[in-house]
Amino acid sequence: MKKERFLIPLLLILIWQGLSFLQVIPSYKLPSPIEIILGFKDLLMIGVPPGHLLHHHVLYSLYRVALGYAIAALLAIPLGLLMGWSSKFLRMVRPLFELIRPIPPLAWIPIAILWFGIGIKSAAFIIFLGAFFPILLNTISGVLSIHPILIEAARTLHASERDIFLKVLFPGAIPSIFVGMRIGIGIGWMTLVAAEFTGVKEGFGLGYMIMTARDIQRPDEILAGMLVIGVMGLLIDIGLRAIESKTIKWQ
Amino acid sequence: MSLDLLELSKTFPGKEPVESVHVLENIHHRIENGQFISIIGPSGCGKTTLLRIIAGLEKASAGKVLLDGKELVQGSEDVGMVFQEYALFPWRTTLGNIEMGLEIKGVDREKRRSTVMEYIRTFDLSGFENHFPRELSGGMKQRVAIARTLIMNPRVVLMDEPFGSLDSQTRNAMQEFLLRIWQKRADTIIFVTHNVDEAVFLSDEIVVFSKRPARIIKILKIEYPRPRDRTSEECNQIRRDVLKVLSKES
Repeated sequence: MKKERFLIPLLLILIWQGLSFLQVIPSYKLPSPIEIILGFKDLLMIGVPPGHLLHHHVLYSLYRVALGYAIAALLAIPLGLLMGWSSKFLRMVRPLFELIRPIPPLAWIPIAILWFGIGIKSAAFIIFLGAFFPILLNTISGVLSIHPILIEAARTLHASERDIFLKVLFPGAIPSIFVGMRIGIGIGWMTLVAAEFTGVKEGFGLGYMIMTARDIQRPDEILAGMLVIGVMGLLIDIGLRAIESKTIKWQ
Repeated sequence: MSLDLLELSKTFPGKEPVESVHVLENIHHRIENGQFISIIGPSGCGKTTLLRIIAGLEKASAGKVLLDGKELVQGSEDVGMVFQEYALFPWRTTLGNIEMGLEIKGVDREKRRSTVMEYIRTFDLSGFENHFPRELSGGMKQRVAIARTLIMNPRVVLMDEPFGSLDSQTRNAMQEFLLRIWQKRADTIIFVTHNVDEAVFLSDEIVVFSKRPARIIKILKIEYPRPRDRTSEECNQIRRDVLKVLSKES
């Protein structure tokens, strides 16, 4: 069973390597798998630009994402709970959100730079925008999906509004909140790389790294960097999933 | 001392006057404290609405509910309710569900736990303290739901077709279990069901509702002592009486 999963990718890589060896694929456009591995080694040992090693880029990117994402979650979850709870509040704020939501996070980059300058603040702001709406919308739908009979059961146990909020709505919405958090981190991670194309002051970040690799004509390093970005995204999702299944044992 | 339903009526307003639904019509009845009352009637007739009004989840359009002469306020600690389909909190364990009311009340953790464990023993749930509702059988879920309500020591317990979704053997066992528990306590129970056998086996009194808008069309006192034999002539006689009244209503 396990072996089957790797069969087709392995076959493709072998064909790719063969075609590169026969010079059917030009190396300056698409380097061979072996060249990409060597490029990855260079990213680790020499760095792009030299001295800026891979793990520094990873840490800077993670830091930016963590900052923007944490602010998004801290605002979106309570706000979503309130919006799901009070239909009046939902009616009042929904038009505003409906207006802002369709604006792609990347379209905010120019104004973000104007507001926050080039640096961590504008990058975090872009990630915040990417992560905020999925978390908000899923929190709202999580609250709305709670069966009203559970709220009534709590009322017959003499629950105050505060009890209902903390002991019924919040725990009941958690599965949906996790869905939002996973979509949010995915989008946040994607917008990060784009945000780093334009606004990086420190000279670190995975997006910045692959743009620099392009400037110095190193497609092997670009592709190795792309793979790192992909694997990082996957690892973050696996991590969140692990937290999710530990938190929600009741489903 | 008694629970008095005074000329209760309920109409759910619609957008247009013709769309409004008249559910309860002048329900007037006295229930002596400590009695086990069943309400039976055609489905959709408004039995549940009556319970919801007594529980304070719904407001009556007219009339009131008195307990020992005083009007019941909304969210009164004197009333507890067991819902159809259990209504357990799926994210809470057996222990967490039973504990909910005491937690809301602010009883401290130590005291709460010891009371809950007592209920877990009485309700034959030992070994399932840390199971979530989805891991419990229907009968167990219903015992958790009843324990969650009774632990608050309400004086009036409202039960809305609590055994409706159980298979008939579990149902019989649950009826006997409920009687054992109730006979040790002094609660008034108002038990809504559409199962005539169940009402006959359990109650001191059966109140028969008409179809919507519900009126009380018959009150049958059952003097036959417990434990009752479900197949006895006495039970059959009462069953015949109830069915005769109900058949005119369908």
